Amino acid sequence: MALETLGWQGLVILVVFGLSLLIATYCTYAERVIAAFLQDRVGPDRAGPYGLAQPLADAVKMFTKEEFFPGGANKALFIFGPCLAMVTALMSSAVIPFGNFLKFGTTVVMLQGIEINVGMLYVFGVVALGVYGIMIGGWASNNKFSLLGAIRAASQNISYELAMGLALIAVLMMSGTLSLREITLQQSVPGEWHFWNIVKQPLGFIIFLVCAFAETNRTPFDLPECETELVGGYHTEYSSMKLGLYLFAEYINVFVASAVMSVLYFGGFNFPFQYELSEWLHTSRGMSVDAAQNIISILGAVGFFLKIFAFIFFFMWVRWTLPRFRYDQLMRLGWTILIPLAIFNILLTGGLIFTGVIPEVKQWWLASGMAVR
Amino acid sequence: MQSLSKRAKVLEKKPMTLAERAYLPAIFQGLSITMRHFFMKKATIRYPEETRPFSPVFRGLHVLKRDEQGRERCTACGLCAVACPAEAITMVAGERKKGEQNLYREEKYAVSYEINMLRCIFCGLCEEACPKAAIYLQADKMAPPRYERDEFIYGKDRLVEPADPDKRSKRGIQLTPEQASSLKVQLQTA
Repeated sequence: MALETLGWQGLVILVVFGLSLLIATYCTYAERVIAAFLQDRVGPDRAGPYGLAQPLADAVKMFTKEEFFPGGANKALFIFGPCLAMVTALMSSAVIPFGNFLKFGTTVVMLQGIEINVGMLYVFGVVALGVYGIMIGGWASNNKFSLLGAIRAASQNISYELAMGLALIAVLMMSGTLSLREITLQQSVPGEWHFWNIVKQPLGFIIFLVCAFAETNRTPFDLPECETELVGGYHTEYSSMKLGLYLFAEYINVFVASAVMSVLYFGGFNFPFQYELSEWLHTSRGMSVDAAQNIISILGAVGFFLKIFAFIFFFMWVRWTLPRFRYDQLMRLGWTILIPLAIFNILLTGGLIFTGVIPEVKQWWLASGMAVR
Repeated sequence: MQSLSKRAKVLEKKPMTLAERAYLPAIFQGLSITMRHFFMKKATIRYPEETRPFSPVFRGLHVLKRDEQGRERCTACGLCAVACPAEAITMVAGERKKGEQNLYREEKYAVSYEINMLRCIFCGLCEEACPKAAIYLQADKMAPPRYERDEFIYGKDRLVEPADPDKRSKRGIQLTPEQASSLKVQLQTA
């Protein structure tokens, strides 16, 4: 990789990093406003126009609060817990393709932190690591409520990661690759019967969605921080910005889960009629192939973020609609319903691929990845 | 047990149907309900920018009225202070001097007139007791919150309504258009 390209990719990584933080910041605001709207209220509107400075005010509050260490706590691990949660949450957005590529002369800039051929495995691995942040924090607090919350988080994540992985296998069987970029490109092969994976995998999507809620510890599966039973769950003893990091990590996880679902099932940075639009730009408006491709890439990135925001809204919408599951209900749903359903989905997908209902992927198409032929 | 109202319904615990066990129909029902509320009119009133609509008989902040020539109506008889169940009103009476006829309607007037808004219960008995139609509780104004206790003791500076006919309170005896225009001319010449 040329040094110049490396510099460009570094810039992209910085932008992705900043965007994840910004979106997580404004998720706190969005959560409060959406909660308010769903309850016939208006939400925070005092700080700045429409309350848009509210996250800043919250951050100032978080930073100026007392740093509290509970007696008998393991101090090093107590600090390490939220750090780990935050780091793993931020790491997982590195492989997500936020757009196709931009081409300036000979320089090609991928709108993606880094393209690796095991992208989906990487996301799974890092997200699974995230539960260590909760486990360590809960254990180091020297508090029974924290420990209970941490144990719940661990067992919940293990149970739902199984169903999630099985739902994913059906997608991987169709795509034949783990690379998120290739999975995205496959959902828009021009000239073929093609559409987003949601059409081919509706059952898999529902399983994946439910598991995503459990993985990100969002209501109705927010048992690790279940206020009514466990005070605050794993972050009972946390205060100041260490608590802030936990809350932040949750929102970044929601953002990443939304992005992954958009890539896997909703076509990632593809949008309808992109080929027609690029043809039109190229032939009717006399643009060069590169310029047309750049425009399509930028529009695709915008569309991708719209899909992500729609998912984030859905996460919040569900949170303020459904009550929390009981713990035995949660486990029963995971082990006796979702996992058998996911296995059935794998068999169904295999049968459809075998009988040829789901067509094979055109490998020639993946090599170029251009929107303009 | 015998049913008293005969409206009691006996419920049997049945096993859940497949739709109920699948959760999803109920979830979508719930989501549609919350989405309806998302677009509903919000119940919030953004005080202080917006205020709740007042009833026309609302009893709010007091006002000391002026007459059609811009003179204070109050004659410091003390009936309001006597009528007040919360003992919120105090006043000091004084005799009108020569040349003050354009300031005070009666020969006796209130040199100071204070209402403690922390004591006041806004019952309106002072309004009923007043023989000179001088004190009213406004329907469109409330005693606002303040930081210091002594700021709640309202003196004449905050109670007496302005002489300008356009800025007068909407409660009590109102000026006719002719009176208002002649008073305006009188105020301009003075």
